[in-house]
Amino acid sequence: MDFSVFLQPAFSGGGTYLDWVLSGTKWTLLVSILAWIIAFIVGSVLGVLRTTPLAVLRAPATIYVEVFRNVPLLVQMFIWYFVLPEIVPPGMGDWMKTRMPMPEFWNAVLCLGFYTASRVAEQVRSGIQSIPIGQTYAGLAMGLTRGQVYRHVLLPMGYRIVIPPLTSEFLTIFKNSSVALTIGVLELTAQARQISEYTFRTFEAFTVATVIYVLITLAVTVAMRALENKARVPGYIGSAGK
Amino acid sequence: MIRLGTLLCSMLAAVMIAAPAAGQELTGTLKKIKDTGVVKIGHRDASIPFSYLDDKQRPIGYGVDICLKIVDAIKAELKMPKLKIEYVPVTSQTRIPILTGGNIDMECGSTTNSVERQKQVAFAPTYFMTGTKLIVKKSSGIKGYDDLKGKTVVFTQGTTNERVMKAYNDEKKLGINFIPAKDHAESFLAVETGRAVAFPMDDILLYGLRASAKKPADYQIVGQFLSDDPYGIMLRKDDPAFKKLVGKTVTGLYKSGEINKIYSKWFQSKIPPKGINLGFPMSDALKELVKNPNDKGVEACGKMKC
Repeated sequence: MDFSVFLQPAFSGGGTYLDWVLSGTKWTLLVSILAWIIAFIVGSVLGVLRTTPLAVLRAPATIYVEVFRNVPLLVQMFIWYFVLPEIVPPGMGDWMKTRMPMPEFWNAVLCLGFYTASRVAEQVRSGIQSIPIGQTYAGLAMGLTRGQVYRHVLLPMGYRIVIPPLTSEFLTIFKNSSVALTIGVLELTAQARQISEYTFRTFEAFTVATVIYVLITLAVTVAMRALENKARVPGYIGSAGK
Repeated sequence: MIRLGTLLCSMLAAVMIAAPAAGQELTGTLKKIKDTGVVKIGHRDASIPFSYLDDKQRPIGYGVDICLKIVDAIKAELKMPKLKIEYVPVTSQTRIPILTGGNIDMECGSTTNSVERQKQVAFAPTYFMTGTKLIVKKSSGIKGYDDLKGKTVVFTQGTTNERVMKAYNDEKKLGINFIPAKDHAESFLAVETGRAVAFPMDDILLYGLRASAKKPADYQIVGQFLSDDPYGIMLRKDDPAFKKLVGKTVTGLYKSGEINKIYSKWFQSKIPPKGINLGFPMSDALKELVKNPNDKGVEACGKMKC
């Protein structure tokens, strides 16, 4: 192992190979965090829709979840990037292909976000459904509307219950972001591969990438653990071991 | 004790008898092939007509044919007529690690013999000469490299063409927007769908890709050679016995003239999957190499500095 390779001047673009690693880390973080924002918002809406008593709302949410959850991420990435521009109106397709700023980046964010949303939706749904139905009835009996029951009874507890599985989803999105390299986003894994190609230092390149992934996910774990502690309702669930 | 002594003696005798029978000690790849009974060939999926998959997903091509001749030579050398062949798909990015890692014994594709790569691997005598050109849509109006100013260009990751195109871009300050793709088929798809205006690649592979396109007439191959790319079968480094056998086989094909038959089968006849004839006669450079084979290789950036 010879890590001095990262200080060597890079083949193109000026800078060193370390700059490639840092740039890759930046794109990994950007893709993952933006995708997570989409996933969380869309996933929450879908999760709520899946628990409503109205079949017209439940059905589309269920279809969404089943479609996005069951098609491999790699295939979805390909569809967003190569297929979607061909099936939308030609003017828009041309815009997506040539004039859209950073098309591979935004395609990756949207793809990863909407894919993960299906998984978040299932977590949110399970959180809501784990709350005894009696609480909903109690809320309705007190004169709260259905919306108010969600806002004041179901969601505050439901989200707290699913923080641990949501943490896993959040960690997964960082790792899944590496699939973006297939449509040309030069994120961390892509940069590691590039460095290994240019320098033939495969082990060094991937060791560094691995360490960075672990550091990112550890940071996320610590932050989510802190959030879990802060959000905990004393005397209710999630107090095991305390 | 006596028994042990006898045992040792007989073992010693056995070794002494066995040693000359095996001729010379096998080492490296030949030993591995002998021990496992399998020779592993690395092939590509869309390097037409060198190494690609036919409509039944079997690897075929000019490079694969030459490798099969080498397999015949291995069979004869090891006296193993029933030697099994295992095909392993590789990409531009994976071919070197897979070869050095031992998962394939030779790579029969479209690999440029570059001085940089020679630090990692060895090459058989060059079996084809090509160079970097561009494939563009006819409607794009692009006639050469300098028309790419500010445009989007797709490249296949891990190719020498990527390096030479980037070096040219840096030198001429063209401000090209590069997008990477993982294989030639995907790079070509980017041009086909209009995501990129051009794809720099070895010209012969571009002819192959055009031949397999939905509408071959929509595309043209433009530009001067930006680099010279001699192709060779890639072997593991520091394995003189295997390299010698491969070299002898390839130059044997050249001397006997058999190469002409293999060449015209792939470059001047109808080839699968669409039955298109590339119509690509042997270049003077390749004729010269057939006369005087070598495995020298080139600088990866060709005429550019890098």
